[in-house]
Amino acid sequence: MRIVIVGAGEVGSSIAASLASSHDVVVVDIDTDRVETLTYSLDVLPVEGDGTDVETLQSADVGDADMVIASTDDDETNIVTCGAAKVLGDAFTIARTKSPKYLKAWERSQHAFGVDFMVCTDLLTAEAIVGLAGMPTAQDVDTFADGLVQMTEFEIPEESPIAGQTVAEADQFDSLTFAGIIRDDCVIIPRGTTELRGGDEVVAIGSPESMREFSSAIAPEEQGPQDVVIVGGGEIGFQTARLLEERGFTPRLIEQDEDRARWLAEHLPNTTVLNSDATDQDLLDRENVGLADVVVAALENDQQNLLATLIAKRMGTGRAIAVVDTGDFTELFETVGIDVAVSPRKVTAEEITRFTRARRAENVAIIEGDQAEVLEFEIDTDSILVDRPIRESAADFPEGVVIGAITRDGEFITPRGDTVIREGDHVIVFTETDVLDAVTEKL
Amino acid sequence: MSTRRAVRVDWRTCLSLIGAVLGALAVPLVLTAGVALFYREPTRPFLLPAGLTLLVGAALTRFERDELGLREGYLIVALTWLAIAVVGALPFVFAESGELAKPVNALFESTSGVTTTGATVVEDFDAHGRSIHLWRSILQWMGGLGILVIAVALLSQLRVGGAQLMETESQTQDVNKLTPNIEATARLLGWVYAALTALMVASWLVLGFLGVAPNVTVYDAVAHAFTAVSTAGFSPRPGSLGAFSPAVQWVTIPFMFLGATNFVLLYHLTQGEPGRLRESDEFWFYVTVVLALTGLTAGFLAVSGQFETAEPTVRHALFQVVSILTTTGYATVDFNVWSPAAKHMLFLAMFSGGMAGSTTCSIKTLRWVIVAKSFRRDLFTEVHPEAIRPVRLSGQVVDEGVVRDVYAYVLLSIVVFVLLTVFVVTDAARAGVTVTEFDALGAAAATFLNIGPAFGDAGPYGSYAFFPRTTRMAFIVLMWVGRIEIVPVLVLLTPTYWRS
Repeated sequence: MRIVIVGAGEVGSSIAASLASSHDVVVVDIDTDRVETLTYSLDVLPVEGDGTDVETLQSADVGDADMVIASTDDDETNIVTCGAAKVLGDAFTIARTKSPKYLKAWERSQHAFGVDFMVCTDLLTAEAIVGLAGMPTAQDVDTFADGLVQMTEFEIPEESPIAGQTVAEADQFDSLTFAGIIRDDCVIIPRGTTELRGGDEVVAIGSPESMREFSSAIAPEEQGPQDVVIVGGGEIGFQTARLLEERGFTPRLIEQDEDRARWLAEHLPNTTVLNSDATDQDLLDRENVGLADVVVAALENDQQNLLATLIAKRMGTGRAIAVVDTGDFTELFETVGIDVAVSPRKVTAEEITRFTRARRAENVAIIEGDQAEVLEFEIDTDSILVDRPIRESAADFPEGVVIGAITRDGEFITPRGDTVIREGDHVIVFTETDVLDAVTEKL
Repeated sequence: MSTRRAVRVDWRTCLSLIGAVLGALAVPLVLTAGVALFYREPTRPFLLPAGLTLLVGAALTRFERDELGLREGYLIVALTWLAIAVVGALPFVFAESGELAKPVNALFESTSGVTTTGATVVEDFDAHGRSIHLWRSILQWMGGLGILVIAVALLSQLRVGGAQLMETESQTQDVNKLTPNIEATARLLGWVYAALTALMVASWLVLGFLGVAPNVTVYDAVAHAFTAVSTAGFSPRPGSLGAFSPAVQWVTIPFMFLGATNFVLLYHLTQGEPGRLRESDEFWFYVTVVLALTGLTAGFLAVSGQFETAEPTVRHALFQVVSILTTTGYATVDFNVWSPAAKHMLFLAMFSGGMAGSTTCSIKTLRWVIVAKSFRRDLFTEVHPEAIRPVRLSGQVVDEGVVRDVYAYVLLSIVVFVLLTVFVVTDAARAGVTVTEFDALGAAAATFLNIGPAFGDAGPYGSYAFFPRTTRMAFIVLMWVGRIEIVPVLVLLTPTYWRS
């Protein structure tokens, strides 16, 4: 595929890095240095210029491109770039936007602005935070088949009761499949006799309820979070609170600006909005933030987020999640004691990469470290799975593939050896990255 | 408007529009004259005012008419009610029978009518003909309709914007506009009002047909339907609803209740959308207050052994609470003889009122809901000083300015009520009439909050005639002020209103 990426910032570079090995990638950026730096490390064609300028796009040969990814830091630039690209050719256009307001318009007619796929950074980040906040040991959460199926990556703590059990012993949940185990950066496809150890990361696929049950089996003393405090009422903070409200939580949200706080209070009926400085110790004491189950920091910049979560941690908060703008800081944050650091740019880059890599797949989730992926497919008549029991078709698959869940007409089906897959079913598959192409082809 | 005029209110337009209203008043007067003819009673008391009002109306409409602004809205609302009250008093004067022939009494009765109060100075009900009693009911029905729509419907027919008027009629009520066209809205509400009235007439007649309402005539059904749905409370019978069978009393309760329910929500109910009513915080507050006060009243009545059995205890408690709370003012028994505890429950009910956007008077549940919610919010922010928590009504955020206005209105109502009480007591002492503290409190609330019957001599089976003339005149003014929600009148009294 010929792919044009407009914007060589953190998101654009990261997408380019993931795609450069298997596709022809052209990177357009207004800043000469940035483009040049990129060409030292990656096999991409650099074009210098303004992505909204038709001449620049022409010199990047957008007319012949299969896909245009607009990933600059500016929403309007990205949307205009997609619109201009549509004029020049028939490339599939992906726009990165920050504010959900464009997404709202785009969702009404999925070709608005000449954008074929819109990725909303703030909303994605909020979704990631809410997924992480919901389950105490979850590292990553993704949903498939309109929310019927959930993929969760759990870290098994050393002291967990299921550490030391075999998979057969631990798997007492009807609608849950252990798809993969990541141990010491290697993927293990679990068998009934595989032993689970503390420190393992388990990729589980199943219904959202079974995920919650499994989550409490891993860490029984930790109930689901009751009390969530969000610090910072920007778009990410607002969307996080809104999504938490949808899930029945009554979060607290601390926002410094009075007008913004009032706006938030009016738009979030089940959230207690506090108008104060998030690093005000008196306020945090008075509001018992130390007793909160989860504290989410979504302030203006990384330093403030680090400070806010460190204070909360010291006061005794159960779990601290920080938004980190600079992707490189994520590991640093987690080293100094923040439980999870979420990078909006990383989340966006992942989402766009996933989408690009497997256009055939309806939905993709990348497992940490890029070693495996979870994909959702709609089964058509060409699939090797169709009208056969899984036991038979499994023989035709390469090693490292697990069928995690099936949905048929909006119903969840737990895959067993004798389950027969029909045309139109949605299948959620766990696969190691090495065999990804082979699997995509056969399904 | 030309700059030469010193007064910045376009009073010419106002007078012209009031002229149109006065002219329209000839219609009900002539209709009542027809009824008088039917009962072989003199028609002169109705035909003479009809001619007069047509004449004055025609004269006033000769004033040049201009665009209507917010300022003119206040003046029109205030003056219309006064003008209708004066015209409404004329038949009583011309009938020259009983106490009503005295001009102050006639104006009292008429004001009590159009403001849907229901306080009466009639002592001898037989002294007046059926047509005069019907005129009292018609005044109330028009008053109820007027509160809902007349101002809007009439003015929009004259092609003037009336949205501002809706505001003065209801400072805080979120009149959820059914249609963008205010004339169509007014007509819809008018139809709901008329349909409720017709339904009540029919239900009484059906009870009569079934034999459970032996003394109900068509005349009774119509006269009471006019005053129940308008939550007004005049009855041609000296015994009010006590003159009828328990079945009739039971059937009347829901009509008073509905008359004090938001008509916009009632309209949605008839369109098969009960959701709007179900989701209304105010509606549930209204229901809760009615049931709670009924429960307490019934309990106190049971303790004092007022009635022998359970049915009358519950019926009389519910009827009286609904009647007083919705500001109707019917009575099925003389609640003057009830125990003090039960009587004070009714006194409490006086200050509630029904829902905004209905024919009810008093402070209204909308304001109490906002006061309660805002107060609860204040208690919450005592514990969480940094918390920002908007007051929400049925999910919608209420503007802080509106909350402040509501507090101010409630306070203003209480202050006016206290001042009126003090005036009643001192004026009675001056004139040498005995009025007890509680009776003064009751009479002040019953007139200013447009309820009707009070306690003591002005009780449900009594009359306001014994009050000194000055007190009755004060009542007239305050019934008027209370009906148009105080503020429009106070605005007219500010010098800035008249200047630029």
